[in-house]
Amino acid sequence: MDAAIEQNRRAAVISEKKNKVLGVCLEDARISKSYLAVAFVALLLGGLLGLLQGLNRAGVLELPAWLNYYQILTAHGLLLVVVLSAFFTIGYFYAGLSHTLGGLLPKVRKLAWIGFWTKMVGLVLVVVPVLMNEASVMYTFYPPMAAHPVFYFGLVLVVLGIWILATGAFINVAHWRKNHKGQHLPILAFFATGVFVLLVGATAFVAVEVLFMIIPWSLGWVETINVMVARTLFWAFGHTAVNIWYLTAVSAWYVIVPKIIGGTRWNDYLTRVVVIALVIMNITGGFHHQIVDPGISLPIKFMHVFMSLAIGFPSLMTAYAMFRVFERTGRRKGGKGALGWFKKLPWGDVRFLSPFIAMAAFIPAGAGGIVQSTNQLDQVVHNTMWIVGHFHLTLGMSVVMTFFGISYWLVPYLSKRVLTPQMNKLGIIQTIIWTVGMVIMAISMHAAGLFGSPRRTSFTTYGDFAETLGWNPLMTAVGIGATLLLIAVILQVYAVFNMMFFAPKGEVEFPIAEIEQDEAPTPYMTERWGIWVVVMLIVIAMAYVLPLTDMIVNAPPGSPPFKTW
Amino acid sequence: MHLDEKIWLTLSFGIIMIFMLITGYQAFALEMGPPSHNEIIDPQKVDETAPFDEPGIKQIGEKEYEVVMTLQVFSFTPMELEIPAGSTVHFTLTSKDVVHGFQVANTNINAMVMPGHIQKISQKFSEPGEYLVLCNEYCGAGHQLMSTTITVK
Repeated sequence: MDAAIEQNRRAAVISEKKNKVLGVCLEDARISKSYLAVAFVALLLGGLLGLLQGLNRAGVLELPAWLNYYQILTAHGLLLVVVLSAFFTIGYFYAGLSHTLGGLLPKVRKLAWIGFWTKMVGLVLVVVPVLMNEASVMYTFYPPMAAHPVFYFGLVLVVLGIWILATGAFINVAHWRKNHKGQHLPILAFFATGVFVLLVGATAFVAVEVLFMIIPWSLGWVETINVMVARTLFWAFGHTAVNIWYLTAVSAWYVIVPKIIGGTRWNDYLTRVVVIALVIMNITGGFHHQIVDPGISLPIKFMHVFMSLAIGFPSLMTAYAMFRVFERTGRRKGGKGALGWFKKLPWGDVRFLSPFIAMAAFIPAGAGGIVQSTNQLDQVVHNTMWIVGHFHLTLGMSVVMTFFGISYWLVPYLSKRVLTPQMNKLGIIQTIIWTVGMVIMAISMHAAGLFGSPRRTSFTTYGDFAETLGWNPLMTAVGIGATLLLIAVILQVYAVFNMMFFAPKGEVEFPIAEIEQDEAPTPYMTERWGIWVVVMLIVIAMAYVLPLTDMIVNAPPGSPPFKTW
Repeated sequence: MHLDEKIWLTLSFGIIMIFMLITGYQAFALEMGPPSHNEIIDPQKVDETAPFDEPGIKQIGEKEYEVVMTLQVFSFTPMELEIPAGSTVHFTLTSKDVVHGFQVANTNINAMVMPGHIQKISQKFSEPGEYLVLCNEYCGAGHQLMSTTITVK
């Protein structure tokens, strides 16, 4: 056993050295750079549309007749939740796989490009009907609202692209495992495996919804659709998707950030347990979006409160781990007393500051998530601005600020350029502006939601009600937040493209933290992905078989398509 | 694992369990569960199906009312309800077209109203005043106009 561990360590050191000598593989870098470029263009467009909405809801901007609020909102959601996050995640993890597994296999590279263009064609097919106001159906596209069929064909291609990329990742991981029998998958590749397993699992639900239910119905092959089943399948995907982006951010918290602050990473075994727990329990979390739905019994809803809250547990493990790593590192750097270690952290380094604020934001974000997943409390805030505030905290801060932090080393690494002190300073400024904007916006949204202001609603006063209910000043604050955010978006996008094409040439490291010297070896159990996938499927079956069967067997007559915009 | 980590994780688990217990107690013992009525209807024949063939407000007891209401783009039927203060109102709701939300600001009324399903929710209106009823699920171009009032006298 000990010999095997020693061999593991040595192999890790060798592969580390090999990567240092070879640097980044240019062909692999081109793949990741293409994904990142699309991600940040999506950020720019999505941010711009976000500003238009913020100003509209603040009551200062009346949209022209040819551009409707709901069209903008649909595009904003899709660009940021589906394009930015997915393209960033893929670009980042493909870079991670290439770096930690000794390069992508030629056939995997080919799959990455096929997946890229499949997704791009899919995106065009999704975006064109949205631009033509033929698909103002939001990110959730709940039937019986029916978009132009081309919109759904686009979604199918986007999902197909994800499956192609997941296949590529699995092939590369399997190849490495075959050549490294008995060894633990490098930690970043381990996270990537979890993320791609979840991506396949989550998109399977939406693929069934779109392929077998919506497309035949929107083409007129069948007359009606079961709206409850479609909605349930959507949320099995819709919630998991955002949790996948969160898991991507978590990978950087465990693996990258400790290296940036000059420390070692958290216990390898516990880290892998967190990944496995998040993979197994994630997909069943989607049901809490349906707490106030008709047709689902109270016991089923109660079971799903448990399934949703359970996801909070690995996140609470993460919260402990992160602060422990910060404390340990700060103390080793000479931090004394109860909080002296805190000052020793590299606050002037954007690669740390941005993900740190992202983590801090997850404290209120996660607490809010636990609160709103419980039945009665959800009833107070369901479909109000509170929820919008919640996912701007979780996605807009915890996830996206981590992505920003990653971009300040990943883009230079891939482009064989450096992060200059000036660019680091710009990054700090960008981080601060984004933080202030998001905090203002998220707090106002939470408050407006508690007072009853609904989400997904263009500017309206409801007679004098908006005034009397106290929504107006809060919505003005949302507009101010959105303005600051767009400034930060412009700085961020400028930084990414500058680092990609214009920054001074040079080499920067791919920061992956080492484990502690005296750490006990991780049991090989963690690498049994076959078992984890089976357990995941069992948990999904426990959660979904009963309610879905009920919805299908006791279905009402279906609904025909409607275009209500 | 450090001792403090064990304490932290025990507390974490405990918090989740306390949430579960309170949620369960409220839902099952106090009957405060979220709206979950289980009854189906043909969404294309709402107008011909009882009770929605006669939507409106009906007194069913002392200070107790039943409201049978349909939701459709972009209105509620009936609109502008009036009730005396202290009344309990039982809403029976369904949608004639797309998915809608039924929310009354400053109350805990918040329910999804889906085509093909009948949803029920009850609320006691103690404070006199005018209450805003709105649709909180995006339902189309006029979604922001979909509102009405309940006047409590």
